[in-house]
Amino acid sequence: MQVITDESQAWLRELRDPATREAAATRLHGLLLRAARFEVARRRRSLAHVPAGDVDDLAMQAADDALISILAKLDTFGGRSQFTTWAYKFALLEAAVKVRRRAWQGHEVKIDETVWTRLATSDQSIGDELETGELLAAIAQAVPRCLTDHQRRVLTALTLDGVPVDVLAQRLDTTRGALYKTLHDARRRLRAELGEMGLLG
Amino acid sequence: MTTSNDRRALIDRLLGPGEPEVTCDECFELLDQYVDLEAGGDDPDARLPGMRAHLHGCPACREDHESLLEFVSLRSRT
Repeated sequence: MQVITDESQAWLRELRDPATREAAATRLHGLLLRAARFEVARRRRSLAHVPAGDVDDLAMQAADDALISILAKLDTFGGRSQFTTWAYKFALLEAAVKVRRRAWQGHEVKIDETVWTRLATSDQSIGDELETGELLAAIAQAVPRCLTDHQRRVLTALTLDGVPVDVLAQRLDTTRGALYKTLHDARRRLRAELGEMGLLG
Repeated sequence: MTTSNDRRALIDRLLGPGEPEVTCDECFELLDQYVDLEAGGDDPDARLPGMRAHLHGCPACREDHESLLEFVSLRSRT
């Protein structure tokens, strides 16, 4: 049984009570903005081409969106963490997704599937790299043989082309979770194939 | 790919963790608890199996985890 700390109880009480809700929400927004600015600062290098004012707008939007999510999901807080830790994760997620998408704004997502042919035929005989080279070539040969077109494109984009999952989700009109499920299924299929070939321990 | 380490890292990304893992949605649900256990010196993997494997296999959730842990740790020191 979880025991909700006094501090977390106070947040819940004040955010639910009409008499204190607005002040508590304002105070919480301040904390969420700090978290969002922290996240945006961590990722500032990917936004080198974006004006400083626009970058801070991203943090503000992230804090705004996080507050809306938190207030809508207040009853789902189960007290398994501090309330503030629970709240911060919404702000950090919102900020991270916004930064990833802003960094890729205007960039075409190109999925180069010829890479599998190159990897399948690349030099495997470089000293102690023989084993990893052989395994990599076997994976590259298994990809077109074992995976669906969608699995292959998602695997290529996320693991070889470095497309962030949130960006790919936006372009394909789907979700992070759905794309990761596709990636997970593709990995499982490849592992099974390599296992049958005796290449995985 | 020029070095053995590069190749191993690529193989790791292609094949993923290879053990049971939570989904991205479950990871988000559990992330605050996981981080508070970590920050408190407990063993989060004993309490929340499948999280470590997912954080290994999902770069976006891994980044979210690193950010939350760092931010919470920073706040607790100020």
